[in-house]
Amino acid sequence: MKTSFAKRFFSRNAVTVYLLVAFYVLVSVLLYGGGLSRQLYYMAVPLSCYIVLAVSLNLVVGLLGELSLGHAGFMSVGLFSGCLLSIKLSTVLPIAVSLPISMIVGGLLAAVIGLLVGLPALRLKGDYLAIVTLGCGEIIKNVITNLDVTGGALGLNTLPIYSDPETLLPFGILLVFITVIVMMNLKNSRHGRAITAIRDNRIAAEASGVNVTYYKLLVFVLAAFFAGMAGVLYGHAFSNVKATTFDYNMSIEILVIVVLGGMGSVRGSIIAAILLRTLPELLREVSDYRMLAYSVLLIAIMLLNASPKFVELKGRWTLKNVLAFFKKKKTASAVEKGE
Amino acid sequence: MSDKSKSSRLVPLPTNAFVPERDVDKDPILEARHLGIDFGGLTAVDDFSLIIGRTEIAGLIGPNGAGKTTVFNLLTNVYQPTRGSIMLDGYNTAGKSTHQVNKMGIARTFQNIRLFSQMSVLDNVLVGLHNEMKENMLAAVTHLFGYQKEEKKAKARALELLDFFHMADLADHQAGSLPYGAQRRLEIVRALATNPSIVLLDEPAAGMNPSETAELMENIRRIRDTFEIAILLIEHDMNLVMGICEGICVLNYGKVIAKGSPEEIKANPQVIEAYLGRKDG
Repeated sequence: MKTSFAKRFFSRNAVTVYLLVAFYVLVSVLLYGGGLSRQLYYMAVPLSCYIVLAVSLNLVVGLLGELSLGHAGFMSVGLFSGCLLSIKLSTVLPIAVSLPISMIVGGLLAAVIGLLVGLPALRLKGDYLAIVTLGCGEIIKNVITNLDVTGGALGLNTLPIYSDPETLLPFGILLVFITVIVMMNLKNSRHGRAITAIRDNRIAAEASGVNVTYYKLLVFVLAAFFAGMAGVLYGHAFSNVKATTFDYNMSIEILVIVVLGGMGSVRGSIIAAILLRTLPELLREVSDYRMLAYSVLLIAIMLLNASPKFVELKGRWTLKNVLAFFKKKKTASAVEKGE
Repeated sequence: MSDKSKSSRLVPLPTNAFVPERDVDKDPILEARHLGIDFGGLTAVDDFSLIIGRTEIAGLIGPNGAGKTTVFNLLTNVYQPTRGSIMLDGYNTAGKSTHQVNKMGIARTFQNIRLFSQMSVLDNVLVGLHNEMKENMLAAVTHLFGYQKEEKKAKARALELLDFFHMADLADHQAGSLPYGAQRRLEIVRALATNPSIVLLDEPAAGMNPSETAELMENIRRIRDTFEIAILLIEHDMNLVMGICEGICVLNYGKVIAKGSPEEIKANPQVIEAYLGRKDG
């Protein structure tokens, strides 16, 4: 009984939650204590959105194994619908009430669009699905740009609902924790196993009684829902949002986070999101070399992820493994030299 | 139990088909009637009729390219038949999708192993138990509302099934890292986990040495006796087919050329011709 408790207490998922708690305690202390630089101060909320986007895209890319390049599109559906509602509600309700309501509405609308896109698109596989989702993302962007209600090309004026990071951070933290816990729990459930089974072998999954179409759609809709919720929060952090911001570049940026964090790894997505979003900001002072450092980081992460020793280390972060990671490397190169 | 494995005499049903003597007073589990499928102008399978008894071990043999695997794909609705119908336990499977047919009671393995190779051995079996588990979405994302109980029950069942093939100690291994023979066994365990009434085995002995094949034969008998289900297998290893199958169906160029007990098949001139060719030149 005691061992099973200890097992659950130190399980991979639990450790991820502890890390996330530690990170947000640090962020909160710095944010409310006023210890953050201007850039980082305004980044705290968008960063939370990026974590949610990466973790939810990881469900599609890492768990289901399908490439989706339209995640920013679903995000902007949620963003614009949620923010429009929030602007209407802001006259009668305080932000603490109107924000959660508009987040849920925005998420649901994004989920509906996800379903509409997914129904025809999920008949495709691999590269073809990627192309279609990319196209859908662009269509969504262009439709929003050309609608009057969303402010057209000038962008939506979100000044009435603009809130400072101090107000938004608790919602960001809540959203991140809900997303992370839902994704981690889903992975270790009947449904999550069915999704992973489809990734590993669709034909065998179907023959084992898994409804492949249903689960593919479910994943798509769920990912769009969380992306939409993140979008609504994102919109509140700025005084003006343009649909053109949420183009394929952003979708690919989220995909880069997911790939570098490790396919299917929630913890990896979180760490990669934090690193890849904060690093460019931290390097702003040496702005000439910013993109250089960014690309070096990308290459370094790719190399590390391909190294079997690092993979072993990731499986179990013990002091012994950390030492072995550096030690073995030396002996391996020594052996090479000797021969 | 011993009585069951001994009685392998085929007796006629009213429908002009044969099933083992012990199954004769029960409805057959699977009944294919005049199945046929065309791929464009090519008729891959034509007029395929077969009846399998409740606890029969049946064999489907034939030269390469005869359409055996196509028959499996028809029975599991991977392909929708152009002609004919399939009755599973008295229910027509027409228009059902593969996962629905699995739910109805047909499980299968594949000629080229199709495991969920990135998942653990235990998870592979748990996927097989997918439809046996009552765990809704809310329980899945919260890990509350009966989640722990249901997972515990499913895991116990999965280990029990793995133990049937003495694989319980491999539960935490990655499925793709298992040795070949164990992968084949795991595929059978996963199929059994779906609680089928008939299992289709596509070349279960492929790539196995004689001692492994002998063990497999024993396992197939054990499956039939323990779970009391029917088994239909495709196999090229005649020792295995003649050793355990009670009824055998021979396919050549998509058509059934012979049906009967192993003795009858061995003596059938048409079967010999299909495998070895005609004597005169």
